[in-house]
Amino acid sequence: MEILLSLSIGVLVAAAAYLLLARDLPRALLGFVLLGTAANLSIFAAGRIGTMVPPLVDQGARALATEAANPLPQALVLTAIVIGFGLAAFTLVLIRSAHGALGTVSADEMHEAERPDETPASVAAAPGAGVPSHRREAA
Amino acid sequence: MRQLLLVAPILIPLAAASLTALLWSRPAAQRAVGLVAAIALFIATLVLLAEVIAGGMVVGQMGNWPAPFGITMVVDHLSAAMLAITGLMGLAVAVYAMGPGAQERDRAGFQPLFHALLMGVAGAFSTGDLFNLYVWFEVMLIASFGLLVLDRTREQLDGGLRYVMLNLVGTTFFLLAVGLIYGLTGTLNLADLARVAPGVENQGALAAVAVLLLVSFGAKAAVFPLFNWLPASYHTASMPVAAIFAALLTKVGVYAIIRVFTLVFAHDHALFGPILAGIAIATMVVGVLGAAAHYDVRRILSFHIISQIGYMLIGVALMTPLAIAGSVLYIVHHIVVKANLFLVAGAIRQVGGSFALARLGGLWVSAPLLGILFLIPALSLAGIPPLSGFWGKFVVIRASLEAEAWLLAFVALAVGLLTLYSMIKIWNEAFWKAAPDVAPRAEWTRAERVATFAPIVALCAVTLMIGLWTEPFAAFSLAAAEALLDREAYIAAVLGPNPVRLAEAAP
Repeated sequence: MEILLSLSIGVLVAAAAYLLLARDLPRALLGFVLLGTAANLSIFAAGRIGTMVPPLVDQGARALATEAANPLPQALVLTAIVIGFGLAAFTLVLIRSAHGALGTVSADEMHEAERPDETPASVAAAPGAGVPSHRREAA
Repeated sequence: MRQLLLVAPILIPLAAASLTALLWSRPAAQRAVGLVAAIALFIATLVLLAEVIAGGMVVGQMGNWPAPFGITMVVDHLSAAMLAITGLMGLAVAVYAMGPGAQERDRAGFQPLFHALLMGVAGAFSTGDLFNLYVWFEVMLIASFGLLVLDRTREQLDGGLRYVMLNLVGTTFFLLAVGLIYGLTGTLNLADLARVAPGVENQGALAAVAVLLLVSFGAKAAVFPLFNWLPASYHTASMPVAAIFAALLTKVGVYAIIRVFTLVFAHDHALFGPILAGIAIATMVVGVLGAAAHYDVRRILSFHIISQIGYMLIGVALMTPLAIAGSVLYIVHHIVVKANLFLVAGAIRQVGGSFALARLGGLWVSAPLLGILFLIPALSLAGIPPLSGFWGKFVVIRASLEAEAWLLAFVALAVGLLTLYSMIKIWNEAFWKAAPDVAPRAEWTRAERVATFAPIVALCAVTLMIGLWTEPFAAFSLAAAEALLDREAYIAAVLGPNPVRLAEAAP
């Protein structure tokens, strides 16, 4: 079981790395989702697997039975799944609004944030009336 | 009482974020609530700082679960200082955000997100548990995502995507490291980790976890080579947002690096010291060269954040008391100065009509007060005595020389000089050269002017105070460094004299 789990974590990380390298943002987001899943599985595996006894404290008992599964990784993974889902949902919406505003989902075709600065030379060549040059191009 | 103080820096922003979200349709009420909460947060963090100085570390176990089982919150000297500076920055930016553009920002949801961000930052500074730190990181991240794309301009959406994607991957690495370290040690409590880590059999795997943590914290702190998201996104944010980001976000990453590498992986310093020193050197150089190439005030300042992060890593790279004290002093100074420079940049935009140096000019004639308010943080950033940056640089460079890390000391000095070059560039272009033909003068009300300049003046005063009356700050930094290096005291304070041993992890 542990070998199967490690193998699937490895495959997930490999697939995630491949997708994260894509210039296409929805693909990169899927890569993030896969990487998150791999991280969650690794937390689960770190809590030692092997037992099928649910981590419930018996009536009258003060502690878990020794053969019960480790409840902590389950709590951690649950938290991480919720957080990861929230982030993925936000990012999807962000990609969608970027698609609406910029007309593309490819990181290669987005040049809005890091345009070259206006240098004294470039302004002297095309003074304009106080309007940054790229604004005029866009308009 | 001490326990209440411990959670106050988290509860106050939480209450403020919830209340302002409930008051969604009433921006004026939101602003009032936000301001009151920011004042309350600042007072609470100051009281907590005084408590730590007077009575040492404050430790609390949430829900009274004993240490390795429950969620532990620990505030030592470093955490208390970071919390107090968070309170100061929260207040300064809350006031500044009442300046020009407040209406649009508040309608877009600035207030709830801003306070959620402060909550995440405060939580990250006061937690004593690795998984909890991950959760606070995420709180901070999701709030910062929202703040960054507040205006939804094309620029912001593009920059925001770059910021979001890189940070998502960074925090997933953090999560992966949490899983692995739990598998290796069976605990996630930082104090318990510090106790168990030196005895772990598989030190190689532990070092791998440390590298994963370094990558994720490093991405957050924008160190070389993981800094690319910062200059791609910070300059697109509106100025109050950029100021609070510049002040706090990267510093949370630096704080996490300092905390984890002085506490949990201190026994592995022979391996990580040189790596951190190399990262510090590359970060300083790349940041300052990037700044030298730019002609936009915001982008110059963004690149300087990166270069200054390098100085803060010197402490943990050398791990001597003096070096760590220097890092602490440097972080405190840097947060004040860098946030202030972004606030000044916003004022320059308002007075001069642009962020582009080529379109600015003549501000020394039209706004001499602004010139002085720019010079104080700018020269402090470059490390000109007697301003605060001089003392920060002086201590870290002296510590490098004492540790015979000649290259580190040389680079720190050279980068200081190049920082001065960038600041002089802004000064010459924006303030000193003749005003351009078309000098657009923005209209702003008296109230907006006060809201803009009051925080700038206050932060300049703090910079001058750290510079001219350094003694208490230096003494505090040394005490913080001693507390950071005294791992036994930290472990004892959190776990008690007889730590509960968790079931040993199977080999």
